[in-house]
Amino acid sequence: MSNIDSYRRKFLGGIGAISATAASVTIAPGVFLREVQAKPADQPVSSKVRWGMLIDVNKLTDGGDACVEACKKEHGWGEEEHSNEQQKAQWIRKVTVKEKLTGHEFSLPVMCQHCETPPCVDVCPTGASMKRADGIVLVNRHVCIGCRYCMMACPYKARSFVHETLLDQKWDTPRGKGTVESCNMCVNRVDAGLNPACVDAAPEALLFGDLNDPESKISKVLKQYGGTQIRADLGLNTGVRYWGI
Amino acid sequence: MATKAVFSEVKNNGIGYWGILGAFGGLILLGLWAFTYMHHHGHYVTGMNNQIVWGMPHVFAIFLIVAASGAANIATIGTVFGKTIYQPLGRLSAILAASLLVGGLVVLLLDLGDMGHVIEMAKGHLNFKSIFAWNMILYSGFIAILVAYLWAMMDRSKIAKSFYKPVGYANMAWRFILTMGTGSIFGFLVARQYYDAAILAPLFIIASYVFGTAIYTLLIMATFKLTGRELGDSILNRLRYTLAIFISLTLFFELVRHLANLYATEHHGVEAFVLAGGGKISHLFWYGQILLGSLIPLFLIWCKKLANNRTALVAAALLAVIGGMIQIYVILIGGQSYPLVLFPNAEVSSSFYDGVINDYSATMPEFLLGIGGFALAIAMVIFAMKIFKILPVSLADAVIDPHKK
Repeated sequence: MSNIDSYRRKFLGGIGAISATAASVTIAPGVFLREVQAKPADQPVSSKVRWGMLIDVNKLTDGGDACVEACKKEHGWGEEEHSNEQQKAQWIRKVTVKEKLTGHEFSLPVMCQHCETPPCVDVCPTGASMKRADGIVLVNRHVCIGCRYCMMACPYKARSFVHETLLDQKWDTPRGKGTVESCNMCVNRVDAGLNPACVDAAPEALLFGDLNDPESKISKVLKQYGGTQIRADLGLNTGVRYWGI
Repeated sequence: MATKAVFSEVKNNGIGYWGILGAFGGLILLGLWAFTYMHHHGHYVTGMNNQIVWGMPHVFAIFLIVAASGAANIATIGTVFGKTIYQPLGRLSAILAASLLVGGLVVLLLDLGDMGHVIEMAKGHLNFKSIFAWNMILYSGFIAILVAYLWAMMDRSKIAKSFYKPVGYANMAWRFILTMGTGSIFGFLVARQYYDAAILAPLFIIASYVFGTAIYTLLIMATFKLTGRELGDSILNRLRYTLAIFISLTLFFELVRHLANLYATEHHGVEAFVLAGGGKISHLFWYGQILLGSLIPLFLIWCKKLANNRTALVAAALLAVIGGMIQIYVILIGGQSYPLVLFPNAEVSSSFYDGVINDYSATMPEFLLGIGGFALAIAMVIFAMKIFKILPVSLADAVIDPHKK
């Protein structure tokens, strides 16, 4: 069997698996349940769980636009008044890739990849850039001094610096002038037992779940079909995996 | 200390002294204004953005911090390597080092996004896997060592004298680690094509000697002239050739760094951008760092017709300082301008400027903040000269090296 055939088979099988997953947990349009329940609010997050995400790029008809919009709506970024385009925050963006040799083109949403060993956490002098026990990487805005070293260190350009005073923020997404921010895998939603906003925006292509639980859908399909990491050469063991890149 | 050099405070009390101090004070005030302006509005008033996250203030800060280490090297040559001719230069060396370090750190501090959280950090939120956190300890330790060093050099008690050598050694060792730590800020950035190279640490050490020696030379020539002290060719030639040797070594390390990068296919893109991109960065590299900052100073120093020519030395040192700042600019801004490589062998584009060369132009407040830090460092030295016996009364050839010739 040629490599192309092998890839095609894997890919088609993957689509089937991911569609079945989405279907199995949809209880009403726009409302989804996860297999893993939310933790009780009085308990700390546990390292028994490692949250992860699988993105099937071929199923994303818009290349990730809906994910970007959902993230903006959830966390309220991108509306900065004074910042220029290069200064505005972008927690998630649609990246278009065209292979030079073949001309093959695809688009994918890129955000914090929630590395197991995040360079941004290593370099942060204060510990503001942190990884929760459940694998979610985020910034503690109360301790961030705004040195931007994490932005220099992140291989995925996932972080943004807030260049101006912000008003009317979302109550569960604290942001602040002079601090760094990035995709936090919607901790506010995950802790409440919901999927991240981008996953619910494109349920046919995105799958969220516990990578540590061998019985979770995401673990099963990843075990069967694998999943590609962006810049796997860096050995960061990302929590976000892709199909079709 | 071994030498019997006589030191005295700066006696000038006229408009000359206070005028100069006042001018630097004015620059410091402008720097403070820039800080309040940036802090009040946020960083949108700067040229920095989410692509170029470190800008002109960081160029100044890194330059000053690295130069601080190099400035202390003059004292090291006298203490550790036993060159008695350098020993009268030790006090100014240590004071200049401490001042440059403070100037650089102030710029770095005042550029931070959230000053309030710095106070939180001072309460003990430190992550020791971060080279930044280590640097905070290395920098404050350096200042403590410099204070002890100054005491060992300036106090007449026996116990102070007995500390002269050990503190001198500690100072040298500490500086080595400190400058490597500063270089490692970049060396540890695994994903940036232009950084992530261990050679940046020794490169920063060598470059620090260039920056420090050049600033020291300019400072001692200016102060000796303005305070009417005699400065012989003997000591100036030492500084002159020290500067030239370190400029040559820096060039060598840069050569090795670029050749090593050129060998690796993954770095071809960024090397082509810096060396042959034709844009601002490659012009700054070739005309600024290499020609103006290295080759012309080397010519000014080694040209036989310019032997003992003080104007040529001033020009060489000045160009070395400018070239050094350009070197930091090329490393810092050039390295960030080149896009991160998410997908090798592919053209990448996005709304977040993936796959494109990012442009950066510093705004006035950024320049003013950086210049303010530089001015603070120099003003501290000028003030210290007034209250402490730092400057030798004379560095005439006959005084410092009576057995010569």
